[in-house]
Formats: sequence, structure tokens, C-alpha cells
Amino acid sequence: MALIADMAVLLGKELRTEFRSRELLTTTVVFILVVVVLFSFTFDPSIGESRRFGPGLLWLSFLFAASLMLQPCFLREQNNDTLSALRLSVPDPFSIFLAKLSANTLFLLLTEVLMLPVFAVLYNLPVLPVFPQLVLVLFLGSLGVAIPGTAFSAISAQARMRELMLPLLLLPLLTPVLIASTEATGALLEANPELRRDWLGFLAGFDVVFLTAIWLFGEYLLEE
Amino acid sequence: MTAAGFTPRGIRFDNIEKRYGGLYALRRVSLEIGAGECVAFAGRNGSGKTTLLRIAARLVRPSAGSVRFFGQTGNDGQAGDGRVNPPQQAATPADVPIGFVAHATMVYDELTAEENLSLFAKLQGIAESSKRAALLLEEVGLSERRASVVRTFSRGMRQRVAIARALLNEPSVLLLDEPATGLDPEGITWLANTLGRMRDAGRTILMSVHGESEISALATRAIRLDAGSVVADTRAGSDMHAILSLAGA
Amino acid sequence: MTKSILRAAVLFALIASTAYLAFYYAPIEKTMGVVQKIFYLHISCAFSAFVAFGTCFYANLRYVFTREPKSDWLGVSAAEVGLAFITVVLITGPIWAHPVWGIWWTWDARLTLTFVLGLLYLSYLLLRSMIEEPDKRAMFSALFGIFAFLDVPLVYFSIRWWRTQHPQPVILGGPGSGLEPRMRVSYLLMWGALTGLLILLLSARYRLEALRAGVEDLRREAEVR
Repeated sequence: MALIADMAVLLGKELRTEFRSRELLTTTVVFILVVVVLFSFTFDPSIGESRRFGPGLLWLSFLFAASLMLQPCFLREQNNDTLSALRLSVPDPFSIFLAKLSANTLFLLLTEVLMLPVFAVLYNLPVLPVFPQLVLVLFLGSLGVAIPGTAFSAISAQARMRELMLPLLLLPLLTPVLIASTEATGALLEANPELRRDWLGFLAGFDVVFLTAIWLFGEYLLEE
Repeated sequence: MTAAGFTPRGIRFDNIEKRYGGLYALRRVSLEIGAGECVAFAGRNGSGKTTLLRIAARLVRPSAGSVRFFGQTGNDGQAGDGRVNPPQQAATPADVPIGFVAHATMVYDELTAEENLSLFAKLQGIAESSKRAALLLEEVGLSERRASVVRTFSRGMRQRVAIARALLNEPSVLLLDEPATGLDPEGITWLANTLGRMRDAGRTILMSVHGESEISALATRAIRLDAGSVVADTRAGSDMHAILSLAGA
Repeated sequence: MTKSILRAAVLFALIASTAYLAFYYAPIEKTMGVVQKIFYLHISCAFSAFVAFGTCFYANLRYVFTREPKSDWLGVSAAEVGLAFITVVLITGPIWAHPVWGIWWTWDARLTLTFVLGLLYLSYLLLRSMIEEPDKRAMFSALFGIFAFLDVPLVYFSIRWWRTQHPQPVILGGPGSGLEPRMRVSYLLMWGALTGLLILLLSARYRLEALRAGVEDLRREAEVR
């Protein structure tokens, strides 16, 4: 239970720091906006075309945005050696990861939900009727991005060329998340919307696999 | 900060080795530091002082050897000489509260002094964390600025927050890595007074120092490291002067 | 030295003779024609590549738990050798696919998995080159390798479910099942020869990495003095 309590305290810290500056959220929202707008020039966004390509490029822009947004996650802890202070203070370092990946999932979900209306307008896709289902897909997908993303940001923070390293490590690994999220989103945006439970289950499975991996190996990621 | 709040502990370094790749940061360092000793580590940059302190704090894992904490030997003056460590007094590292002051401040610039301290107090499972935070802020003389974000602080004030953070858990063992860095003369005097009270209360202090100062004058023992090995170790005042002075570098 | 040259020579002779067998001893496949011959190399290389990546995963796990530099050396050697084999697989595949399927590439589960696997281990090697400190490099790349390997079944199944509407290209019923005996002999020999090549390359690369680690240590030692 100390794990959950520590996680809650740390999550509070992450949220407080972010909402004080809102640096991460604003830049990510603008980044996704730019990408979504630019993508709309690459094909004719009629409803048929949008149904075919829209979900994929939406998720691609989320993935790219995430690989940039997750960058400072552990880097921030290096400036003042606060990561050491955390390691000295919490009995189980898994709580550090849990807090960070929850915060990252929340930030991602927030920016994605903010971008949905823009996406709907630019690509003429009916988002509102299936909004709750879409949020569920966005949540499981964002969790799938944030779990390995948080782990890898601990790695890339210690590497040279870290700005390039994180996308390089993360994006190929996220192939299954991209496929599953795109398919599930696409099915919801069809003329006859369908909630694809199989893909949602797959995303949940992906999340569980990598969460377990962090639980097992997370402490090694934080070593000096 | 009363003596009652903690159990005095000594530290035993047993054949500690730390390699970074093939490079030795520490070579077979064996030391016994008795409960209540105040040890100043001297040596050039890269001599292994920081690594040794970080190993004692359990932040760095030694490549070989072990660190053990033990209870008071009861033989105050020669605590470090005897190899007395009755099993019932042996302590696992997790039982020993450690206060660590690193080169960096180890607090968040974006949070206020108060938020920082109560955050770490909560994580360390300290009851009445905000009360404890307020007490320590008063102790380090930052009560008036408690609601200011640390980013707005001067270097000296940040160091005070850093020290307050290290004292949250009533540490039995205080580890300080060049704690005087960035402090003005006034701050150094304040630090020396604070550490002096800690030492007199019976807390074990290990600190790395850079030359002689008011801080190093607190030491009851001086150890010189060179290229990762202990080259001098004394409790005699006159020898300590030679070990600590920069001329010996 | 002479011993390793001898081993390489024997292996070269073995590969050359199995290539001869594949082209002149094994009959020409009825439907695909002569282009099917590339399979002898293609499948054996794919097998070696997967064995290499499996070895890398084993070495990564072993490093995390033992922290022996040896496991790190094995990990990097296996990743590089595996990448070399998978490159051959990715080149020979389209050469076969173009005349038979009429396309160079399709996003079939096996193809995509092979491709993503190549990308993941490329990232693994890139990551290694971006971390200076040997222990840290070893630990972080080992952890990334473990994550990457866990991803393999997930990539495979996601693509399979994604592309179920596409007919699974029938490549062959696996060596042994109703295969022409002369073809089977050629397959087995080629497989043996390339497994030999895998072992030879792996051990050579491992020795090289051990030497490199030694040199790196000496250089760091010298820099400090």
C-alpha cells in the first residue's frame, strides 16, 4: 500500500509541476495541431478518404507527439539530481514509474481529447456520437505509448543525441499499438460505428506486458 | 533536532571497489567509521570522495565489497578502532535513516521550499509531514520564504533547502558532498554551526571537503583519498591539518 | 590463428558445396521454377537470424542478473550478426517475391515482423553507440533488448489480425512435410552450413568485442594518469 500512497504523492508532484508551467501540454497540443493540418494537405480529405487515412495519421501524429513529449520526463529529474532524492526516499522505485507513466498518460489523453474536435472538423468525420468509446480507445492507446515511453525516457536521458534516441527506441516498438489503436479508431468512425473489443483487449494486453516488464526491471533503469 | 530522534549508527566499508568500465573510482577501500564520528574526506577531484559518499547513501552500487551499518559500540572515543559489532546491533541499510547532501540541490526548482520539503517528508513516510517541513524551514531560517518557488532563491538559500531536506528523516548518518560549495562566508558560518550541533548530538557525519575551512574544522577524523585509495587516515589534530590543507594535494 | 582460418575454409567449402547441391542436385520446383532456389539461402538465413536474436535476448537477461561484461559482449555480437543475417533475408525475400507474387513487398505478418525486428535491433546498436560509460551502456542496452524481444510476439499477432483478409502466402509446408528428398537434403545441408556460419561469426565478433573492451579499459586508465 505504501506503493500506492507514494505513487499518489508523486503523481501530485508531476501534475503540480506541469500545471504550474503548462509547458509540455501547450507545446504538445500545438505540435499535434501542426501535424494534423499538414497531413490534410497530403490528400483530399473527403469523407471516404478521411475514413481510410484519418485514424492512421491521427495516431501517427499522437505517436510522434508522445516521443517528443516524453523527452523531459526523466531529464527534468537530472538537473538537480532530484532522481537521487526520490530513490533515497521511496522504498520501491516502481512507484516513481507508476506516477510518471500515469501523469504521461493523462497529459497525452488530455491533448488528444483537445485535438479530437479539430480533427473532426478538418477531416469531416463524425466524432461526437462515438465520443465515449473514442476516449476509451485513446486511453488504452495512450497507456500503451506511455508505459514503454516512460521507461525509455529514463534510458534516453542518459544517452547522447537523446532527442533522436527516444523516437528511435520507441516508435518501432509501438508498431502493435499503432495498428491496434488505428483499427479500433477506424471502426468507430465508420458509417456503422463498431467498438472493436478484440483490439481493445489487445491494447490492454500490450499495456499489461510492458507494465510487468517495468515492474520487474524498472529499478535497473534508475541506477547510476 | 534532539538526540532522542535517532539511533546512532556507524558505517563499515568492506573492500569497496567501484569500476567504471576498467577505470577504478575506488580500490579496495576498507574503513570503519564509528557512531558519532565526524569525518572529513579530502583529495583531488576524481579521487573517489563523491563515489564513496554515494555508495554509502546506496545510490551507487559498488562493483565489489559491501557497506554495513552498525549500532553504537558504547566505546565512544575509539568507536572506529574496535571491530565490535554484536549481531543484535547490526542494522540493515533500510533501517538506517540517511541524510544526503549532494553537489546538486536535490530539490525541485519549480516547487516552493515548503512543497519540496513536505513532498519528501511524505515519501519518507514521516508523520505530520507539513509540520515537520515547517519546523525544518524555521531551523534553516527560511520560514519567511517558505511559499516562494526555489528557482527564485540564491545559491546559499538553495543549499539551506538542500540541507533541510537531508534532515527531514532525523538521519543517524549525514553524508555531505562539499556542502560549502556556493555558500557565502555568512552561509558557511551558519552551516558550520548547524553541522556542529548535529555532530554534538551524536549524528555520524561523513563529508567531503575542499581545503580547510570552518566546516573542515568540525571534523574529528580526516581521511585522504588518492586515485580511489585511502592514503591517510588520522584523528590527531596536527596530522588532520596536513591532510586537509590544500598544500597536501 | 591458423585454426580459425582452417575453420573458415572448411565452412566456405561447405557453403559452396551446398550451394552446388541446391542448384544442380535438387530438382527445379514445378510451379515457382528456378527462383525457388533462393529459398535454400533465404530460410536458412532467417533461421540463423532468429537464433541470433534469441541469443541476444538470453545475453540481455543474463547481463541484468549477473552484470558480467561477457554477457554484454555476447549481446552486442548476437545483435550485429543477427542484423547481418536478417539483411540477407530482407534482400533475398523480394528477389523471390517479385517473379512469384508479382510484387516486391507485402505487409504480411512474417515479412513485417522480420522488418520491425531488424529496426528494433538497429535501434539497440544505435543506443549502444550513444552511451559512453561501459556499465551503463551494457545495462541500458540489455534492458532495451528485453523490451524489444517482448514486443516480438505482439508485433506478430497485431499484424496477423490486421491482415487476416489477405490470403496467407503458402511458401512451403515446412521442411520435411512431403518435400522432395533431394530438396530436403539440400535444405538440411544449407541450414547446417549457415548455422555453422552463425557460430563462426558470433565467436569471432565476441572475441573482437572482448578485445575492444580491453582496449577501452586501457585507454581510460591511460587518460586518467
